[in-house]
Amino acid sequence: MKLAARSGGSAALALSFFALVATLVPLGVGADLQLLARMASGVLWVAAVLAALLSLDRLFQGDFEDGSLDMIALAPLPLELTALAKIAAHWLSTGLPLTLLSPLLALLFNLPGAASAILLVSLLIGTPAVSAIGAIGASLTLSLKRGGLILPLIILPLLSPAVIFGAGAVSGVLDGTPANGALGLLAAFAVAAVLLSPFAAAASVRLNLSS
Amino acid sequence: MNVLFRYANPHEFMRLSGAVLPFIAISTALCFAIGLYLGFSVPPDYQQGTTVTLMFIHVPADVVAELAYGAIAVCSLLSLVWRHPLADIAARAAAPLGALFTALAIITGALWGKPMWGTYWVWDARLTSFLLLLFLYLGYMALWNAMEDETRAARACSILALIGLADIPIIKFSVDWWNTLHQGESIMSGKIATVYLAPLLIMMLGYALLFLTLWMVRIRTAVLERRARTLMREAAS
Repeated sequence: MKLAARSGGSAALALSFFALVATLVPLGVGADLQLLARMASGVLWVAAVLAALLSLDRLFQGDFEDGSLDMIALAPLPLELTALAKIAAHWLSTGLPLTLLSPLLALLFNLPGAASAILLVSLLIGTPAVSAIGAIGASLTLSLKRGGLILPLIILPLLSPAVIFGAGAVSGVLDGTPANGALGLLAAFAVAAVLLSPFAAAASVRLNLSS
Repeated sequence: MNVLFRYANPHEFMRLSGAVLPFIAISTALCFAIGLYLGFSVPPDYQQGTTVTLMFIHVPADVVAELAYGAIAVCSLLSLVWRHPLADIAARAAAPLGALFTALAIITGALWGKPMWGTYWVWDARLTSFLLLLFLYLGYMALWNAMEDETRAARACSILALIGLADIPIIKFSVDWWNTLHQGESIMSGKIATVYLAPLLIMMLGYALLFLTLWMVRIRTAVLERRARTLMREAAS
């Protein structure tokens, strides 16, 4: 599974993309620090989700193309566990680095320290859900040649709660309300996503393998 | 269950739906005629004025847009568990209709919002969740169209539909949590006068029947298409 992390090892790519989107936004909306601080949580959450999407379509595809996915499916290890491992690998190679980079970008967006800490926590809790739901999308579009185009259309609406709760926690802190509620909801969403998605992903891998 | 399976047989379905379809179509037209007549003759609301008539076009579209997703989810479950081809066809046929009713709900809602809220679009909870519902429908349809192998596409789409079903309440809840401006629901709570309720219910029935009519026509077309393709393949070989 380390191999999976390394072969899909686009962490640097995802990080650059994340930082680039975050750089383009001030260029688009202007350098008003007040405004940027308000927008920071939303922009960074959306950028993080998009950056995580970049490498998702490769999650199963490489193994599918060279046939090793057939071997993995035949192996004694249940496919659900393999899917869970894939999700973990994807999170370690994108979600976690993105989370760790976020305080730096938050600094550029003039986000106060306390809010920045909450952003870090919300990304830490929420990005596993992105990887998990993304894995469902990746496995559904597995046999498509241009699955990368359909993948975002399928999973972005499903991911909207993560963005709402994640960014909402940070805006709440800016407005002086505690972030516990939003973070709790985000955590519940992430736990449900991580627990259920390996089954959905494994089922859709199976249907793409059987022909 | 046995009854269900009997009518899930494509031949039986074609026979039955062919017999029932004209009646459903006629009652759709009747409901629309009565509902629209009543809807246009209601007294103006003390707050909303004559725009209250839009409610009779907008609210039923909302309801049917959500019902359509339920129909897809039920068909998907039938398709996944019993692998029934007619359930696949039905699910696939319902998706564009659901998207259409969702778009209709959004558009009529925007037209209503202009005189009421002074703007076509506000990022209010229900509008936003309907926009997300529209994207769910579009993603579902895109996946259907992208996969060439039909049985494979059917199973992938069934999985997607069921995941969507699990996620929709969460999306709705999160969007509600995020922002609420839309007026609360007022039918069940008895806050609506009978003079408005009657046309509303008739229009809801009309919309539901319209959906049923169009859905049946689409399923019938798909079944016939499939038969034609089989015949062509047999003729070619």
